Amino acid sequence: MKAVVQGSHVLMGNHACVEGALAAGCRFLGGYPIAPALEIYERFLERAKEVDATFIQMEDEISALAAVLGASWTGKKSMTVTSGPGLSLMMEHLGLGVMLETPCVIVDIQRVGPSLGMPNRPSQGDMMQARWGSHGDYEIVALSPSSAQDMFDYTIKAFNFSERYRIPVALMADEYVAHVKEEIIIPPFEKIHIEPRRYYDGPHNGYLPFKRDKNYVPRMVDIGKGYRFHVTGLTHDDRGYPIMNEECQEYNVHPLVRKIRDYADSIVEVQESNTEDAEVVIVSYGGTTRAALKAMAQARKSGMKVGSLKLVTVWPFPEKRVVELAKKVKALIVPEMNFGQVVFEVERCSHGYANVIFVPHGEKGAEHTEDLLAVITQAMQENIVRDGIIEYT
Amino acid sequence: METLESTKLEVIHPMEDVLRMDRIPHIWCPGCGIGLAVTAFSAALEKANIDLNKVSIVSGIGCTGRVAGYVKLDSFHTTHGRAVAFATGIKAANPDIKVVVFSGDGDLIAIGGNHFIHAARRNIDMLVICVNNFIYAMTGGQVAPTTPLKAYATTCPFGCVEPPFNIPYLADSSGAVYVARWTTLHIRRLCNSMTEALHKKGFSVIEVISPCAQYYSRINRLGDGLDMMKFYHDNSEIRHGEDTKNLDIGFQGKIIVGKFVDRERPTYMERYTERLAQIKGAKK
Ligand SMILES: Cc1ncc(C[n+]2csc(CCOP(=O)(O)OP(=O)(O)O)c2C)c(N)n1
Ligand code: SF4
Ligand SMILES: [Mg+2]
Repeated sequence: MKAVVQGSHVLMGNHACVEGALAAGCRFLGGYPIAPALEIYERFLERAKEVDATFIQMEDEISALAAVLGASWTGKKSMTVTSGPGLSLMMEHLGLGVMLETPCVIVDIQRVGPSLGMPNRPSQGDMMQARWGSHGDYEIVALSPSSAQDMFDYTIKAFNFSERYRIPVALMADEYVAHVKEEIIIPPFEKIHIEPRRYYDGPHNGYLPFKRDKNYVPRMVDIGKGYRFHVTGLTHDDRGYPIMNEECQEYNVHPLVRKIRDYADSIVEVQESNTEDAEVVIVSYGGTTRAALKAMAQARKSGMKVGSLKLVTVWPFPEKRVVELAKKVKALIVPEMNFGQVVFEVERCSHGYANVIFVPHGEKGAEHTEDLLAVITQAMQENIVRDGIIEYT
Repeated sequence: METLESTKLEVIHPMEDVLRMDRIPHIWCPGCGIGLAVTAFSAALEKANIDLNKVSIVSGIGCTGRVAGYVKLDSFHTTHGRAVAFATGIKAANPDIKVVVFSGDGDLIAIGGNHFIHAARRNIDMLVICVNNFIYAMTGGQVAPTTPLKAYATTCPFGCVEPPFNIPYLADSSGAVYVARWTTLHIRRLCNSMTEALHKKGFSVIEVISPCAQYYSRINRLGDGLDMMKFYHDNSEIRHGEDTKNLDIGFQGKIIVGKFVDRERPTYMERYTERLAQIKGAKK
């Protein structure tokens, strides 16, 4: 299998992402160039000719995601790659992808914003946008990689989730993780779990594009196979025909939310270390997890009982685990390379059981531990639970 | 010049094969021209003698954007202005599919204008049918990038002050390989043009001048759909091969129709696969 280059490699995160995509079966990339995601295009193009993958550079990010959705309906696993300014333009078709229940992956290499910000500096400023940025009710899955290995692994996970639930999945990376060069292990093809597309295989005239299985996910068919189906971004029934009333809105849109929300337990993934005896837990994701793990190790050396909760999936949010931990610990410390986003979720889910301390980590976020250590020391001494988010400045 | 009688004959055509009969009645107003454009298209699909399982239709948003919902092909009703971009993805991912975009003037030329010119430049192999009713109909008659100077719309109550796009000229200069314009009166010629364009390789554009009886003609006091058809009858002139520069449409002015462009250029996917094969060959 040329798509899977088994073995140990030293790769930058962006290149590992391409290897993950190809291993997952991605054969279409539609995009619009932007830093710090550029190396993904470069490597994809280099590898495309070996695996017969198609690349098209569109005229903007709106059309890039539109093309990806169209491509996905031909049966090709498809993705787009961008950064904040492009993600903003993609919100329109994130919504269409949700409504047409079209599997695809959106890789967002977060850079500093708002607006143009700083193209080559890391940030985690798009986390809420991925969740809420498109209008209306929806749920998607978002994963946040912390290393080059994660870029490989989570890209595969992203494709798998997109096929299992028929949704756009966001890989929320950041410039640090995108450019960090590390050893990664690519397992042999047979060892990689690949979720196949869930196809309808009944009679041609009986196909209903939005008839749901028990888990709320409808079955797909490819363009060109004689099903002559219709799909629309308007509120629709099982046939994909628009129906403009409240009942149909509920019938159509509630399952879009439920297929994720009701199955959150099987989607949510976290990685914990030292949480058993912890008095303080650092909740982190993406690049900031690197600093969190270092700070934890340093604090442990000085005898402080610190644990780490890394969010592999940020959306859906690991609500249950956060409240369990909040009940056990004095404080949950949330470092983010932004001015407060996921910390609001931690605060919501801790229901006042523990102090929630926000550490705005800026662009030094991924490796810098000084501020984190200071917050840990302070949090260890705090014996009362204070109201709301405590902001460390 | 065609007569109203000759149009009538074409309308009787069994279309169950290509239309979603379970969606009839359609949403279009009495006197609307979109239904005529769909009639011509349905007939063209049958006449073209192509495998309809391999044809996909994509629409944007608007009254015309609803067309995809009535045609029995793999059909996509997408977002406002993005039909061409969505269709580009289909074509690039599976070049065996014949892709048709069927949408309105506002959809394709205003919000979707950028996608339109770039798909033409790349010569993506698709047929774009643009129903031009000179107005944003679905949202109630606002000015469009095709509204003739001096014509009224709800957002230009003193008459339009923006010069409109000449769609065939825009398509031609952006690189389209096939460009034609007809009115909904010229239903037989329109159907022939569509049939021909379904076999054309490359970015093909057919503009269909069409009455919006509900808004454009009401706001401008032009009568009903039939009055508009009479106007087309008296004021359109067939000039095949006319330089697309000369195809501006003034308010209630002459409408030049015909086939203006029919040329060959390699398509995007042809260039793409050829280049890829060269590179692979060189590597061996
Ligand atoms: C992003 C977005 N902006 C605005 C609208 C509202 N809208 C719906 S149709 C339309 C104009 C349609 O005009 P045209 O393409 O000429 O189609 P017609 O109705 O005239 O056939 C507009 C502005 C929308 N649906 N989406
Ligand atoms: S509003 Fe105009 S374009 Fe829309 S259906 Fe009615 S007549 Fe046709
Ligand atoms: Mg219009």
